[in-house]
Amino acid sequence: MTTPSSSRFVNVGERTNVTGSAAFKKLILAGDYAKAVEVARQQVENGAQVVDVNMDEGLLDAVHAMTTFLKLLAAEPDIARVPVMIDSSKWEVIEAGLKCVSGKPIVNSISMKEGEEPFLAHARKCMDYGAAVVVMAFDEKGQADTQQRKVEICERAYKLLMTIGFPPEDIIFDPNVFAVATGIEEHNNYGVDFIEAVKEIRQRCPHVHFSGGLSNLSFSFRGNEPVRRAMHSVFLYYAIPAGLDMAIVNAGQLDVYDTIDPALRQACEDVILNKDDGATERLITLAESFKGKDAAQEKAAEEWRGWPVIKRLEHALVKGIDLHVVDDTELARQEIAARGGRPIEVIEGPLMAGMNVVGDLFGSGKMFLPQVVKSARVMKKAVAHLIPFIEAEKEAGAKAKGRIVMATVKGDVHDIGKNIVGVVLQCNGYEVIDLGVMVPWSTIIDTAKKEDVDIIGLSGLITPSLDEMVTVAEEMQRAEMTIPLLIGGATTSKVHTALRIDPAYEGPVIHVLDASRAVGVASQLLSDTQAEPFIKATAAEYEAVRDARAGKEGSGLLPLAEARANAFPADFAQKAPPPVQPGLHVFEDWSLADLIETFDWTPFFRAWELAGTYPSILKDAVVGESATALYEDARAMLATIVSEKWLTAKAVCAFWPCHAEGDDIRLEDGTLLPFLRQQFKKSRGRANFCLTDFIDPAGDWLGGFAVGIHGIEPHLARFKAAHDDYNDILLKALADRFAEAFAERLHQHVRTTLWGYAEGEQLTNEALIREQYRGIRPAPGYPACPDHSLKPVLFDLLKASDNAGITLTESQAMLPTSAVSGFYFAHPESQYFGVARIGRDQVEDYAARRGVDLAVAERWLRPNLD
Amino acid sequence: MTDLTPSKARTNLFAEAAQRILITDGAFGTEIQGWKLSEADYAGSLGLARDQKGNNDILALTKPEVPETIHRAYFEAGADIAETNTFSANRISQADYAAEHLVREINLESAKLARRIADEYAAKDGRPRFVAGAIGPTNKTLSLSPDVNDPGFREIDWDTLVEVYKEQAAALVEGGADFILIETVFDTLNAKAGVMAVRQLEQEIGREVPIMLSMTLTDLSGRNLSGHTVEAFWHAVRHAKPITIGLNCSFGATQLRPHVKVLSEIADTLIMVYPNAGLPNELGEYDELPDTTAGLVGEWAQAGQVNILGGCCGSTPAHIAAMAKFVAGLNPRKLPVLEPITRLAGLEPFTMAA
Repeated sequence: MTTPSSSRFVNVGERTNVTGSAAFKKLILAGDYAKAVEVARQQVENGAQVVDVNMDEGLLDAVHAMTTFLKLLAAEPDIARVPVMIDSSKWEVIEAGLKCVSGKPIVNSISMKEGEEPFLAHARKCMDYGAAVVVMAFDEKGQADTQQRKVEICERAYKLLMTIGFPPEDIIFDPNVFAVATGIEEHNNYGVDFIEAVKEIRQRCPHVHFSGGLSNLSFSFRGNEPVRRAMHSVFLYYAIPAGLDMAIVNAGQLDVYDTIDPALRQACEDVILNKDDGATERLITLAESFKGKDAAQEKAAEEWRGWPVIKRLEHALVKGIDLHVVDDTELARQEIAARGGRPIEVIEGPLMAGMNVVGDLFGSGKMFLPQVVKSARVMKKAVAHLIPFIEAEKEAGAKAKGRIVMATVKGDVHDIGKNIVGVVLQCNGYEVIDLGVMVPWSTIIDTAKKEDVDIIGLSGLITPSLDEMVTVAEEMQRAEMTIPLLIGGATTSKVHTALRIDPAYEGPVIHVLDASRAVGVASQLLSDTQAEPFIKATAAEYEAVRDARAGKEGSGLLPLAEARANAFPADFAQKAPPPVQPGLHVFEDWSLADLIETFDWTPFFRAWELAGTYPSILKDAVVGESATALYEDARAMLATIVSEKWLTAKAVCAFWPCHAEGDDIRLEDGTLLPFLRQQFKKSRGRANFCLTDFIDPAGDWLGGFAVGIHGIEPHLARFKAAHDDYNDILLKALADRFAEAFAERLHQHVRTTLWGYAEGEQLTNEALIREQYRGIRPAPGYPACPDHSLKPVLFDLLKASDNAGITLTESQAMLPTSAVSGFYFAHPESQYFGVARIGRDQVEDYAARRGVDLAVAERWLRPNLD
Repeated sequence: MTDLTPSKARTNLFAEAAQRILITDGAFGTEIQGWKLSEADYAGSLGLARDQKGNNDILALTKPEVPETIHRAYFEAGADIAETNTFSANRISQADYAAEHLVREINLESAKLARRIADEYAAKDGRPRFVAGAIGPTNKTLSLSPDVNDPGFREIDWDTLVEVYKEQAAALVEGGADFILIETVFDTLNAKAGVMAVRQLEQEIGREVPIMLSMTLTDLSGRNLSGHTVEAFWHAVRHAKPITIGLNCSFGATQLRPHVKVLSEIADTLIMVYPNAGLPNELGEYDELPDTTAGLVGEWAQAGQVNILGGCCGSTPAHIAAMAKFVAGLNPRKLPVLEPITRLAGLEPFTMAA
């Protein structure tokens, strides 16, 4: 055998995977399914025998993306001729995919991670749908690392599957390829563990197949492609004869075994087969000489300082190096001045050229957001240096591609997303006037007129902001404006924009899904040729959304009485005992170091538009390098935050005796907390939930809490002054993590100590993040109790302003921004749910119970109304 | 998961099929045409909002003597299996006749009727007779878009179709059908939804409901409308553990021959083929004579490629009688034992050796 691909080895195409291909992810996020289908076609044309499809991406509705893409593939006979591998960590995505795929696909993957019952339930479904399965060597204790664990878990899974008559030939085990040569002694044998485990499992479990992801193996040598390719090839050379017969691998990442440099091949073999203790050291030493690309880069790193200053500026921008930028900018200015040029030419020339390269790289998925923000920091520093010279010359500013005013609307204080969009636009040559947060419509419109802007961009995170955006649109109409209005932010959506905002304003209204789309939208809107077709197409799209919606309104909802009759029947024999320490508890200054332990890092990366789950995101083939750099910066800043005590974590919580009255919770002091009930028709005996269902009418307890992270402002001001958006966004994102971690930690303290109903609870951080505990902490304004206006009631009960320094804006956003509040429900059956759409009957009933006008109730509940 | 009561009919069918080549029945539509029924005959006293002429399945309620007479004619001709007259008795197809609320009743009465007559003939000569509850493909497809400009659009979704099939299958089984026959499969995904419907039904009623599957080809290269080859179709539905797999309708026996051979070699279950009586002539009539059809399908029997034979469009009791006569005494096909290799499929088959 001379190449790693034997006739028995199945080549699974891996480019139609959003977690593995930035280009494909970009297409899917942009909704460009036509191009995405072409990616699949190339895979098949290039010899993929199976096409792996994965849509696990935080910003995506994975079910929708999976089904949309699979249906489109079905229409392409030259792609659909090969089997599909439906790849997701979420069973609901897999099942939705199974409903779209004819033929016989492969499901990737199922495991005993959550125990035997869910494992077998999923396996049975795969049998009923007709699918082969990849079974991960994963059990309740975790991923299998050693040979013994791999064999033990796979054999156990095999035996279980045999009890339900699962065809053994339809089982593909993935016994986990792990990184070797990491410098940690325990990892040295991982290659051998895998190969030997495959051999042994093959003996013990007849007819099964084996699959594995290769890129993990060589993780320690990332950046050194020659060594990685050699390792993969050598590994396959031994693993295929052992039984590995399928791998998700980029064919370009493999070398022909025979052509590998003999010394490197020997070193790789020694490491993979764990020949002796010195193997890792030998490969690391040898690897240096193969670091072709990296070596060249290092050389370049020294070299670039010797380049002409114009080239240096470009390089600094692309690489995000701000060390010499002020000096270089000054040098460039002097050079240009010497030949009679103007300071503005530094911006128009080298700086814009550099930013255009950055914009292109970002647009094509070759650069990631943290790198772009670093580039922007370099740009801002250069521009800041030039401004006094430009002003002195009394020249108008550089002719920007367009001028955009941006604002977080009145009542809302969240601006991470808006700042990212602003940075991305500036990087691409747009002039951005950032009005900041809590901006009333009058300021937005006045500024737009005075500054003669081309576009207005609105942002918001909380649901009341949606209404405020409608107001801005209405006022723009009244002012007879015609410029485009861009809508963005976490709670905004195409549907809301189409249904509520677009009809309020005759000018163009465009929903921008994420920062990466902002430039495309802005450039089309300001193009002489593309603007009209783009505006027309978007308007038609929104019209279609409204038409589709018109048919649905009011359908599928139960009358309120029927929904109540289908309430969740909690077993109150199991309700939690009264709190061990009732009353109110104040925490003035919780240890920041303690909170860092509880961080859920995944949303942190999502805030930076890096897709993936922590910690695996750090090793991700596509965003791994970017994520690791960001993570290192975050860790460094955390160390400073703790050592210099930048932030203070304050909290208050309390417990109140209460009972349920219909859908209301009545506290002993007479306070009434009305809650909303799900009204959409349920199937399979599911209840129509209301939070009150978890409270005993015969007497019970309810808790409440608010946590806030204080002290961020002076540091933000410092970063702003230094034109350092990167650290500004980083600190805000970290403050958010502190708030979330604090909410989680406080809930744990409540469960184990203050309320004390789960005294012996022992959970890992991972289990905490997955909320594997008894009881819930729903927040007003979130799906289970969507009415933001309950927040003031909660805050009064907690005296949150006095006790934790947290106040509310008129739209019920919390200040400081990094804050979390909510109720505690302790019943073991209590669970999160979404109230979703409710009928007019419930709004009227709710308004009466809350003692507010119908119009007021409608305003707060608009996102839930038909 | 409940343990299912095993199907006795499955055991009996395999026992009979081990001894001889079995015969299923022929066309209903062309037989019903011979009755020259009027709108009043079809509509009966149901008072439905739309014309019923052409709604053959509703005759179970309005003129049951018609399907009864046809069942009797096929049993007289030598059939071992009666297929219920319920090809379009599903909620989607019946909606065209404003009769969707009668789906359960039509299937229930059709199955009862076939059961009663089958039991009557079995009692007469002691030879077991089987009732296959027939389920057609509906006129909606899960794999294809009806809109050429929007290839991702679908007129129906999986869950809806599963419910449609389940409603029909439940009534057929309740009425006494031994098996569910998912026939004339032009869309493989529709067939998979049919399989899921039967699997769910089994869980609900606590007993095994064996499945028969029959694909129809729409081009001579041997693919159905959703584009699956015969082998890919088999890979896609083998999880149903069907008691029979085969082909029906499509073309005449001549055109089906190469595909019957392929299927016979790869399927480790009974093969059932019931083609049309040749291709229609210029007037749209089937004029292949009974002995001609019998001779063509008889070749497969002689080659050991089939277990059950019958007819589809254009076939008559005379065709069935000719087939029964031709295959009497011939050895049935023996079931191959397959290697446990992984059988996957897109539109084309894909296998992985162990």
